[in-house]
Formats: sequence, structure tokens, C-alpha cells
Amino acid sequence: MTILTEQHAKKLLQKVLSFSKADECECNLDGQVGGNIRTARNTVSTAGEQSDLTLAVQSTFGKKTGVATINEFDDASLMKVVKRSEELAKLAPENPENMPAFGKQKYLASKTAFDSTSSVTPDDRAQAAEDSIKPSKANKLVSSGFLQDATTFVAIMNNKGLFAYNKATNVDFTVTIRTEDGKGSGWVSRDYSDVKHLNTKKASQVAIEKSLGSVDAKEMEPGKYTVILEPAASVQLLSNMFGSMNQRSADEGRSFLSKKPEEGKEGGPTNKLGEKMFDERVHIYSDPMNSEAPTAPFAGDGHRVGKTDWIKDGKIVNMPNSPFWANKTGVEYRPTAYAGSGLFGGPSQIIMAGGNDSLEDMIKDTRRGILVTRLWYIRPLDPQSLLYTGLTRDGTFYIENGKIKYPIKNFRFNESPIVMLNNIEALGKPERINGSMIPPMKIRDFTFSSLSDAV
Amino acid sequence: MQRRDFIKLTGAGAGGLMLPMSGFAVSADQLLDKPMDVAYKKKLADIALNAAKAKGASYADARIGRYLNQFVTTQETRVDNIVNTESAGIGIRVIANGTWGFASTSNMTPDSVAKTAEKAVAVAMANSKFQTVPVQLAPVKGVGEVSWNTPIKKNALEIPIKEKVDLLLSVNDAAMSNGANYITSILFLVNEQKYFASTDGSYIDQDVHRLWAPFFATAVGKSGFKQRTGLGNPVGMGFEYLDGKEEDKIRISGANVGYKNSYDMLEDATAAGKQLQAKLKAKSVEPGKYDLVLDPAHLMLTIHESVGHPLELDRVLGYEANFAGTSFATLDKWRSGKFNYGSERVNLFADKTQPYSLGNVGYDDEGVKTKEWDLVKDGTLVNYQATRDQVHMIDQKESHGCCYSQSWRDVQFQRMPNVSLKPNEKDISADDVIKDVENGIYIAGRGSFSIDQQRYNFQFGGQLFFEIKDGKITEQIEDVAYQSNTQEFWNSCSQLAGKSDYRIGGSFFDGKGQPSQVSAVSHGCPTTRFNNINVINTARKV
Repeated sequence: MTILTEQHAKKLLQKVLSFSKADECECNLDGQVGGNIRTARNTVSTAGEQSDLTLAVQSTFGKKTGVATINEFDDASLMKVVKRSEELAKLAPENPENMPAFGKQKYLASKTAFDSTSSVTPDDRAQAAEDSIKPSKANKLVSSGFLQDATTFVAIMNNKGLFAYNKATNVDFTVTIRTEDGKGSGWVSRDYSDVKHLNTKKASQVAIEKSLGSVDAKEMEPGKYTVILEPAASVQLLSNMFGSMNQRSADEGRSFLSKKPEEGKEGGPTNKLGEKMFDERVHIYSDPMNSEAPTAPFAGDGHRVGKTDWIKDGKIVNMPNSPFWANKTGVEYRPTAYAGSGLFGGPSQIIMAGGNDSLEDMIKDTRRGILVTRLWYIRPLDPQSLLYTGLTRDGTFYIENGKIKYPIKNFRFNESPIVMLNNIEALGKPERINGSMIPPMKIRDFTFSSLSDAV
Repeated sequence: MQRRDFIKLTGAGAGGLMLPMSGFAVSADQLLDKPMDVAYKKKLADIALNAAKAKGASYADARIGRYLNQFVTTQETRVDNIVNTESAGIGIRVIANGTWGFASTSNMTPDSVAKTAEKAVAVAMANSKFQTVPVQLAPVKGVGEVSWNTPIKKNALEIPIKEKVDLLLSVNDAAMSNGANYITSILFLVNEQKYFASTDGSYIDQDVHRLWAPFFATAVGKSGFKQRTGLGNPVGMGFEYLDGKEEDKIRISGANVGYKNSYDMLEDATAAGKQLQAKLKAKSVEPGKYDLVLDPAHLMLTIHESVGHPLELDRVLGYEANFAGTSFATLDKWRSGKFNYGSERVNLFADKTQPYSLGNVGYDDEGVKTKEWDLVKDGTLVNYQATRDQVHMIDQKESHGCCYSQSWRDVQFQRMPNVSLKPNEKDISADDVIKDVENGIYIAGRGSFSIDQQRYNFQFGGQLFFEIKDGKITEQIEDVAYQSNTQEFWNSCSQLAGKSDYRIGGSFFDGKGQPSQVSAVSHGCPTTRFNNINVINTARKV
């Protein structure tokens, strides 16, 4: 019941709309079925399955809007949820920024769902966990991991003719493998739309090698270093930057993309659209049709989305905005693809173009540098410069003359992705991480501010 | 809490309907529906417990929950979002073959409840194939039928929407009339109606209320923009927290107003507007070593990160290794009985009993009566935070009562209780703590915070920074963050204010576990001084 076909969802939403008396009525139907298994200390700690189906109804009278949701689907419940949203709309004050609903849309056909992932059973999960734990035990290491798979769907319909439907599948696997004495730690992350690409045994081997290789790490002085950031090390900084690219914040003077008024001139801030801010190799975009990290071809309001360049040739070429702000400033509406809700919701997909080199090739081409597996506890320090702090974790190594020389102690970094994307030495082949496609990056002058004793 | 969850919760994200994380919305009047009849809850719980036992469970507990939330979000002069949610269902946890199993359902018919209990047993049986050590529960004597309520004076859900909207819009107006250009203000209101029953013979009915009223203000100047968040605390109280009583205000000479068990949001927003303008003009801190005087609305988060988390026993044992991390406070350090967590002035205690705190409940989510216990005594590490299935690993026989689940849907596990710093026995004031400082910085409010996965190295910012020269606060400064190591930091604690200055702050959305769950937790402390701490300058030109 929780995953409806397109036809079933359409029929249900048509029935919901038939109960509406509002000027505008928009319905979202979100269904999720998923399972997970968690391991620690080389054994299963928890496992479970969760499912949910929720209908949300937004009713609008003039500029007054109300939202109500429900998870029961008999006719009486459907009538009730429509009525509730209408009651709330009547109670709500007018929202001057309320915008009319979109009409019928034409969508791209992105392949986001795979039967293989929908068919995962508790036994499959247990086997995947065992495949990860077994080699860890054989190496006298301690494994803790998490595997989660989900099938989700969303259907959106309004009384202006819009109907959107998308089904998606995803599987995420992470494992941390530590030495028994706690002196070494390695980690790996894999996520796919199609579970057939997941090999927990092979992935865990990466964490095992990092764990064994990170024992007895040496101290290096904090300072500026050339780093090779694996995709897992840079994805959050890039996602955070993308999350700060909203046009309205920039126009209002409260973003790294705000342009200060020129000295002595009247007027408010403007934005940096069209300005070159990064190395000219930087190309960041979204694309629902990406075969490795596909997304729904529409936004949460049902508006179509296609491939959208955000940064190209190092220049800001588009900024995400809302229908209200796009209309107010006379630019095109630039939404991001719907990324799910509730338990299985994820961040917006971003794709950063890279080259063809593998991580190994990039290490070979490095005379002196630091390999960073991932960054942890990333927090903003200055929203104007996008300065962030955080720490390296689970595998930090010194590279000399094209080889990993020895493990080093973890660092705290204080750095901005703006600086990072200006100091690019090389970009490798993009890999999927957290639903995005990110290349390994070699960056010069990355700022480490202090040492951490954490392993 | 993940930022994206926060955005969803407040409806501040772009595109789509504005919905909270989970639960389904209901009209305002429905939030006041009478809770489910206790006798019926007992009947359902017994069905669950009996079904689990019949399938071979050696232990079972059932949590019937009804979770009501209301979120009101405003920006500048408009109301962005009003959402009422309700979520009800039952979560059943069992031990079978020495292994935990869990299942939950929103379908609370007797047949569905029995089947869910059977599913929980089946999960336990399946997982028992991989279990290497059977679960060992600390004994708990059944308490029979009991109840507990958060001691609220005004049920926030009963306050008319108009009153809430008017309050938030007046807060926005106060901030904007005094220097802010933009502001988002929010009311988060939570009511957990929780019924717990176990095969130990407990039937516990609890009505828990929490409230948080944050705001986020921004001022844009010629040189850029600055932000200031509210200094109010999330609390285990009703709407009376927003009464803003004078007796609950602590005025720090030359700096801010601190709030005890009552918050004057309007006054704070007014101050925020003025302080934002001062921030735009304030000088940037000179990096170096300073004596820091930390206001409770700031220090609470330092306690949370550098004491609360490292002393969670599941982290110490490795159960969180793949997510939140492990801990530097290893069992050998605790067993030595000599590990100097902090200076002799440092006494940190855990509890789930402090009035007005977020952790305050009568019983935890596995039926253990809540209590208070020491974590660090006279500077020495003496204990951890543990649940029924953990305490035997630290040679103790009684659970600490730290089990919590965010909803009926999720399995309960070890969560942080309130972790607090005891005030000075001598009741000195915050100004007294400042008066001996030659060259220091006073920090109020929570800002950027980051700490490593074993809780050694941390870097924290704040909302407001004031220079201290020769025992007096002189002027507002900017771009301050301090970097330290947990043990070094707590050993540099040199003075604390007394009980009159003690205030409880907290975190409404502390995240942990896979899949991640949120929990609300408080931290009490007085204004406290730490000597010779490394301060960095966070301004950077790009």
C-alpha cells in the first residue's frame, strides 16, 4: 500500500481534489518503504523495517493558505484532510508572497527506480553485514556499520492541471573499521540507486586497509598543505556552499554571493551573478538524468527541472530561487529537484565535473601532500566568507613522491570552499557520494589550524 | 539535528508544501482532544506483552505514544507557516533468545498490536543468529499504575494562535526597529503523551511538555552582514516561560541579560537589533591566549559537547563508532579512579529530574525511575550515562534511567540525560567572576561548535563577545572562537558563580544513532571562568 503505481496515485489524488472547495488545491502523496541493519563490535546491534504513506493537502483562498496531512485513506479521511486544510487556510493571515500554483508540466523521463533495490530482504541485509564483518574479524579488527535501503515515491497533483509522479530507490552503506587497540581507524561509504552495484565485502576492504595503515600516526605541524580530498571529504563543504547560493539571500545582502554597493553610490546590495569566483575548471550543475545519481525530474511544487548549470567556467551562472523571488526580480524560476521527505529525504543533488584520473593516479602525481578520507563535524564560522571548521577522520596520510609515506594525526581545518575552489591543482573522476557526483580534488594551501588526538 | 531537517521542520525551505519532519497535521482544536483513555492503553499494552510472551519473549515493553506538535514560523512582517501535527502508535520491544527485537505500528487495533508484538519477537529470533553476547538487563521492580506530568502552568497548545502570531510579529518588529534588517522567529511546541508498560509490571502514563522560542536576526551594513540569535533557552515548561519576569533576569554589567526560568523575548529582540549594529562596527579580536568568562547560555553547549557526549557509555563501548564516534573517556581512565577530567572546582552531574529542564521526566523509556548522579566529582571522572542493558558493563546494578526514543515509531536507546555543572557553594555573581580578569573575553550565546569524534579537540564560537580589561567589560568585539582540548579546558576552570546565577540551557534537537533520532536535553551551569585559553580570529578575506 505504501508504494503506489502512477495510475493508482493519480486516481487517489483526483478523488482528493474532487472534495476541494478552495481557489487552489495542491496534494502531495509521499510513500516510503525501507529497511536497515546496524552493526557494532563485529555483530548486529539493531535492525528494522519502516514504512509510511502520507497525503498532504494545501488549500488556498486568495493569499491565505493552510496545510494538513493524514495517513489514512478511506473517503471519510480524505474529505477530513481537505476540510482541515481549508479551515487552517481560513484561520491563517494573508501571505503577501503566496504565488499561484503551476499548470500542467512536461517532464524528462529519468530512471530513478530499480527493482533489484526494491527486492532487498532482511536476509540480504544480514548477508551484506556479514560480508563486511567477516574480513574485519579475520584481520582482528572491530567493525561498526550501517546499511539502509529504501523505495520511495512521490505524486503531486493540483487543480490547475499539474500531475507529477516519480518512484526512486536508494541504498547507503557505511562502515568504520578500527583496530582493537583503537590506534587505527578506516571508513568507507557507498551509495547507489541500484543495489547490484553494492559489494560490502569489497568496500569494507578499503576501510580495512585504511584502518591497518593508520596505526601509529605521526604528528605534523598545522599549516597550509596541498591536500587530496576524496569525494567524501569535500561533498559536505560543496553541499553547504550550494545551500548558501539562494538568490534572495544574495539580493538582500546576506550571502557570500551578495555584492556590496559601490563606495559612495546609492542603492542596496546586488548579487554576483555572472562573476568569476572560482578556478575556471569549476563546473557545478544538477541533472535529473545523470545515470549514476538520478533524481526526480521535478521540484517539490511539481515544477519541471532539467539540467541546470550553477557554476560554469568558474562563474556563477544561476542561483536557486523561489517562484515569488523569481517573479519579483524578473528572472527565471530555478528550482532544485525534489529530494524526498521524512526518514529517507536527502540533500540536493550536485554534480561537479572532473577529469579522468583515479584517486591512485592523483596520489602518483603528488610530490608532497596529504590524503584526506573524510571531514567531520563541519560547522560554519563566517557566512560571508563561507569559512568552515571541522576535522579530518578515519584515514589521514602523508604523501611523498607519489606514494603514501605514513599515517598522520588528524587535523582541525578552518577553510572556505571559495578558497578551496580557487586553489585547484587537479580534479579526478567524479564518483557518487551522498546522492551527488563529486571528483577527488587536489587542492593547494588548504588550511589546517590545529592537531587532534582523536583516532 | 541536520540542517535539512530543521529547514523542513520550519518550512523555510524553497518549493513544495511546508511540512514538519513527520506526523500528520491536525486542526488547532484537535490538539486539545482528550488523551486516549488510560484503561484502554493498559488493555492494548497487555495484548502486546502477552503476545510477545506467548511467542517466547523473556522480556517485553510497549510504548503507546501520542505526539502533538505545533510550529509557528514568521519572517519580518509575515507569517510563513502554522503547522499542527499529531502522530500516534505503538512501539514494542522484546528480548527473545537473549536478543533485542523491535517493531512498531500506527494501527492500534488489538489484532494489529498482537501481530506487531509477534513481529518484534521474529526480528529478535532472526538477529539472535548473529548475537555473540546475550542481553543482560539490570533489574527494575514494577511500579504498577503510576502517572507523571511536566509541571506546566499554561499549556502552550491551548494558547490561541493569534496570541502566538502577535508575539512573534512584535518580536520581529522590536528587532527591526532597533537595527536588524531581517528576522525569522519560531515557536516550537511539543507534547509527548507516553504510556509505557513492561513485563516487569509497570504501567506508566506520562504527559511531557517542551517549548522553544528561537529567533535568528540579521543586519546588513556597508562592510557585510552580521547575525545574532536569541538568548532564550528551550525548556521543559509551558507558555509561562515567555512571561519574561524581572526576577528571572540576570543583568551582566556592560553586556547582556541572562534569562533563568522565564524569557523576555521582546527585550532580547530589542537588544539583538542594537547589538547587531554594534557587531557591524565592532573591532576584530586579536588572536592569542585569554581568560574566558562563559555565560550559561553559551557554556551549556560546551558542556553538551565536551562532557555530555564523551560520557555516553554506548560511545565509550563502540556502539556509535560508525556515526557519532567513540570517546577519549575510556573505561581504563574511569577504572583508575584518578582521571582528572577537570580542576577541583569542577563537579558535573547527570539527572533527568531538574525542574524546567528538557530531560525532566518521572520515568525513562524503559520504565526506570529517574534520578541524579555524579559524573565528575571534584575534577575526577566517576561515572557514565547508561541504560538497563549497559550498566553491568561498568559493574553497576542499577540503570541510570537514560533510555529515550523520539517517537513510538523508533526503538528506544541510550540518550544523554541533563548534564550540568554545579555552581560555586559561595553564592558569588557573574560580575564577581569577571572582576578578577585582567585580559579576557566574555562570551554569551551559542555559535559555531565543532569537536572531534573522540571529543578531544574542540572549537567553539558564540553570539556575543565582550572584551574584559582589568576586571570590567569594555566593548563588544567580533570574530572570536576558542580552540582547546577537553581535559586541558576543564582543568583550566578557575572560578564559578553561585547558585543565584545558575541557569539551564539546552538543545532541542540533539542527533544520534542510525537511523538518526533527535532528543531534547538541558545543561545547567553558572557563569564560569577558564584561564589562558587559545582564541583564534575567524574573519577571513576571500
